[in-house]
Amino acid sequence: MGEQNKIIINNNELSFKSGETILEVAKRYNIDLPTLCHLKGSVPTGRCGICVVEIQGMDNLRAACATKAENSMIVFTESKAVVDTRKKVIKEFLSMGNHNCAVSRPSGNDWTHFQMKVQADDNSAELCPAWGDCRLQDLAYRYQVTGEKPAAPYQTDPMEIVNPFIIRDSSRCILCGKCVKACREIQVNDAIDFDNADAPKKIIAGDNKPLKDSECVFCGECIQACPVGALVEKDARFDRGWQEKKIKTTCTYCGVGCQIYLHVKDNIITRVTGVEGVAPNYGSLCVKGRFGFNFVSSPERLTKPLIKENGKLREAEWDEALDLVASKLSQIKKDHGPDSIGVLTSARMSNEDNYIAQKFARAVLKTNNIDHCARL
Amino acid sequence: MTNTIGDIETADMILVTGSNTTENHPVLSSFVKRAVKFRSAKLVVVDPRKIKLVEYADKWIRQAVGTDVVWINGLMHVIIKEALFNKTFVNDRTEGFEELKKTVEKFTPEHVEKITGIAKEDIIEIARMYATAKAASILYCMGITQHICGTDNVKSLANLSMLCGHMGKPGTGVNPLRGQNNVQGACDMGGLPVVFTAYQPVSNPDAVKKMENAWGVTGISTSPGLTATEMIPKAHDGIIKSLYIIGENPLVSDPDLNHAEKCFEDLEFLVVQDLFLTETAQKADVVLPSTCFAEKDGTFSNTERRVQRVRKAVEGPGDAKIDWAITCDIASRMGYPMSYNSSEDIFEEIRIVTPSYAGITYDRIDKTGIHWPCPSIDHPGTPILHSAQFTRGKGLFHAIDFIPPAEEPDNEYPLNLTTGRVIYQYHTGTMTRKTEGLNERAPESFVEITQKDADKYNVKNGKKVRVISRRGEIEVIVQISPKAVDGTVFIPFHYAEAAANRLTNGRLDPIAKIPEYKVCAVKLAS
Repeated sequence: MGEQNKIIINNNELSFKSGETILEVAKRYNIDLPTLCHLKGSVPTGRCGICVVEIQGMDNLRAACATKAENSMIVFTESKAVVDTRKKVIKEFLSMGNHNCAVSRPSGNDWTHFQMKVQADDNSAELCPAWGDCRLQDLAYRYQVTGEKPAAPYQTDPMEIVNPFIIRDSSRCILCGKCVKACREIQVNDAIDFDNADAPKKIIAGDNKPLKDSECVFCGECIQACPVGALVEKDARFDRGWQEKKIKTTCTYCGVGCQIYLHVKDNIITRVTGVEGVAPNYGSLCVKGRFGFNFVSSPERLTKPLIKENGKLREAEWDEALDLVASKLSQIKKDHGPDSIGVLTSARMSNEDNYIAQKFARAVLKTNNIDHCARL
Repeated sequence: MTNTIGDIETADMILVTGSNTTENHPVLSSFVKRAVKFRSAKLVVVDPRKIKLVEYADKWIRQAVGTDVVWINGLMHVIIKEALFNKTFVNDRTEGFEELKKTVEKFTPEHVEKITGIAKEDIIEIARMYATAKAASILYCMGITQHICGTDNVKSLANLSMLCGHMGKPGTGVNPLRGQNNVQGACDMGGLPVVFTAYQPVSNPDAVKKMENAWGVTGISTSPGLTATEMIPKAHDGIIKSLYIIGENPLVSDPDLNHAEKCFEDLEFLVVQDLFLTETAQKADVVLPSTCFAEKDGTFSNTERRVQRVRKAVEGPGDAKIDWAITCDIASRMGYPMSYNSSEDIFEEIRIVTPSYAGITYDRIDKTGIHWPCPSIDHPGTPILHSAQFTRGKGLFHAIDFIPPAEEPDNEYPLNLTTGRVIYQYHTGTMTRKTEGLNERAPESFVEITQKDADKYNVKNGKKVRVISRRGEIEVIVQISPKAVDGTVFIPFHYAEAAANRLTNGRLDPIAKIPEYKVCAVKLAS
C-alpha cells in the first residue's frame, strides 16, 4: 500500500480525512465543484446530478456529494463527460418549468420583444424574482446552456401568496428537494415534502395545504436553501441583491445569539439571512430573526427627546432634556441620598451600554440600585 | 449555560424542563430535535403544558405547577436508593452529599406522586434514564425560575447533575436558556445590585478599591442595592424617588401591574430611554430617544457565554443617540466627565476590570465569538465550565425541601394561571408588534384552556372571557387547546391591552427576587 488518504483531483494530490466525500475534499481545497441540491448538515442524495465527477476506472460518473473519497482515487471535475452531463442536466432543469430568464434564447432578435414575450408566457406576469440570484441561472451561464420552452405544461398551480412571509411558486421549482431537507434535517419541522416519493411533481405542505395551515412555523430555512425562484421572501422579492450592503451582526431577539446578515439598501433593512458555517446557528434562523425587523424603520420610533409639561410630552432639544435630567437627579441625590435613585439597565442593550449604565449608577450616583429585566 | 449550544447534539439524554424551546428558542430547539431524530438521543420533557417539543420526546412528564423541587428530589431519591449515582464524582468533586441524602429520603416515588401527580413508575424510569446515560444534558428556562422557589429549583437541578457526574464534559451540564439577547451580558457587566462586572461582589473591599482606582472616584457604595422587582414597590413606600429606565417596559412586564402603576405615580422624577413611546415611557417626565441594535457597534453575550459582535448597519432615526453616549452625557453634566470615542474604547475598559473578559478583543471575535471565561489574550475561551473543578472548588450539594406556590387555587379562584410567550411575539411586543406579518400570525392575547375546563366554566372557543385574579382582570379570547392541562390556564404576556401581568402575583423568590409569574390563582367570568 502506498501513502494513506491521498486522492488526486484534477491532477492535484490532496489529503483527506476518512469518511469525507469527494465534494467535501474539493470544497476544502477551494475546487469549484457546482451543486444544486446539496445542503450542508443533511444526508446527501445526489438527486440533482450537477456535482457529478469522473473517476478513473469507473464506467459511470458519480455524484461527488454522495461518494466517499478513497485512497489513490483519481478524479476529474470538469472532464468532457462531466461537462456534457452537466449541460444535459441544466437543460432539463431549464425546460421543466417556468425558467424564463435571459438564458432562454429569444425567438426574435429584439430584446424588448423577448421581454414582452416572457411576460406574456409567464402565468404570474412577472419576471423571475430570483433573476441574478439563482444558482440554476449561474450554471446556465457557466456552462452556456439555453433552455427550451417546456414541451408539456409545467406545474401551473397558482403562486401561494396567502401567508405573510413566503411566496411559493411551484412553476419555478426544479424538485431538487433542498427545501425538504432544510425543513426535515436542519430545522426538523417536517412541514413540507414531495407529493410523491417515486414520481414527484411538486413540493407540498402537509396534505397539500397552504403553509399557513400546515406545521410550518415560517423559519424561512427553505427560502435560504432554495437555489432558484420557487421560494422567495414576500417583502423582499423584488429587491435586487447586488444593490444591497450585507452587514454581519448578532440577532437582537432571544439569547441564542444567532449570527445574521442585515441586507441594507438606502438605510433600510430589506431582509435578513443567517450566516452560514458559523456558530451558534450555522445559517438557521427563526421567524422573528428572519422577518421581525420592521421595528427598526418604524414611523413610531422616537426621534427627539421629550419633556413632560402640564401632563403632556413635548419635543425638546438634547441640551434642554439632558440638563433637566442631570439637575433633577443631582437635586434628588442631594435631598434624599444616592439610594433614593434607581437605574434599570437592559438585557436588550450591548455590553458596552450596560457597563456604562452600571458605572453611572455606582461612580456618579453612588448607589448599587442597578438592575435589569433578567427575571422578567 | 455550563455547556454550549452545539454541545446539545452530543448528549445521549436530554432533560428539558420549564422551557417551551420550539417557541422561545426555536433555533436552539433544532439542536435538540436533531439529537433525537438523527443521533438517537433520549428526550424527556417535564412540563405542565403539552408543548410542541413533547412530540419529539421519548417521555413526557406532566407535573403539577410549582412542584419542581419534589420531582427532582424524587429522581435523586431513586438514584441514591438504586446506587446509580456517580460515586467517583460525588467523592472527588462534591461536598454535602450526606445532607442531600437525608433530605431526599422522604421523597419516595409514592410521596412524589401524591404531590406532583407524576406516576411513581415514571419517576423511577426517568431517574434511571438520566443516571445511566453516558452524557445527559439538562435544559431549563423560566418555567423553573419564575417561582417563589426559583432558586431552589435551579439548585435542585444542579444537585441532580452533580449527583450523576453529568457536568464538565461534552453533552452534559445544567443549561439555562436565556430569553433575551443580552441577559447574560447585562449580568456579566454588573447590571445587578450586588456585583460589579464578572460577579465581583460590591461587598468585597478589594473589588470596590479596584473599581474606584479604575474609575478615578471614591465613595462607591458597599451596601447591596435593590432589584428591579424591589425598586418599584419601594417607590410606593417613598424610598425610591427617581428611576432612570433604559430599554425596559416594566409597565407591561412587571408582575401585579395595577400595583406597579400606582408605584410609578409616586415617583418624583422618571426618565425613560427607549426606541418607542412605550407604556412606561408615556409615564415619564423626560423621554430620551436611543438607537437600536442595527444602528450601533458593540457586543452581546449569548446564553452559552459567547461574546459576539454587533455591527452598525443603518443610521438611527432623527436625533436618536446610542445608549451609552446618552448616559455619558448625563454623567458629564452631573460633574463626572465620561466620554469615549467608540464602543471598542469602552470594551477595552471592560477588559481591564473584568477578569473573565480580559482576553477578548474586537479583533479576536471578528469572525466567531469567544466563550468567557477568557482571562488572557492567548486563551481560547471556555466552551465547557467546571471541567476540572467548580468555581468554589468542590461542588456543594444543597439539601432542599419543598415550598408550595404563594397562591394556590381555592373555591373563589379555582384555576392556576401560568404565563409565557408565543413564537411570533417577543416580550412586551414593542419590537415584534411593528411587523405586520407577525401580528397576522399572533394578533391578540388568548387564554389557553382544556376542553374539560371550558365546559366546566362554560366558556366557548373563540369567544371573549374575563380572567380575574385578586389583583386585576383582563379580557381575552378563549383558545381550547390540547396543550393545556386541566385546572391550569395559560396566557401570553406580550399584549399590553390585555396584559397578563395585571393578574400575576408580585411575590418574590427570597434570594433571586424573581416574581412567581408561573403560578397564581384566577377565575373566569363571561
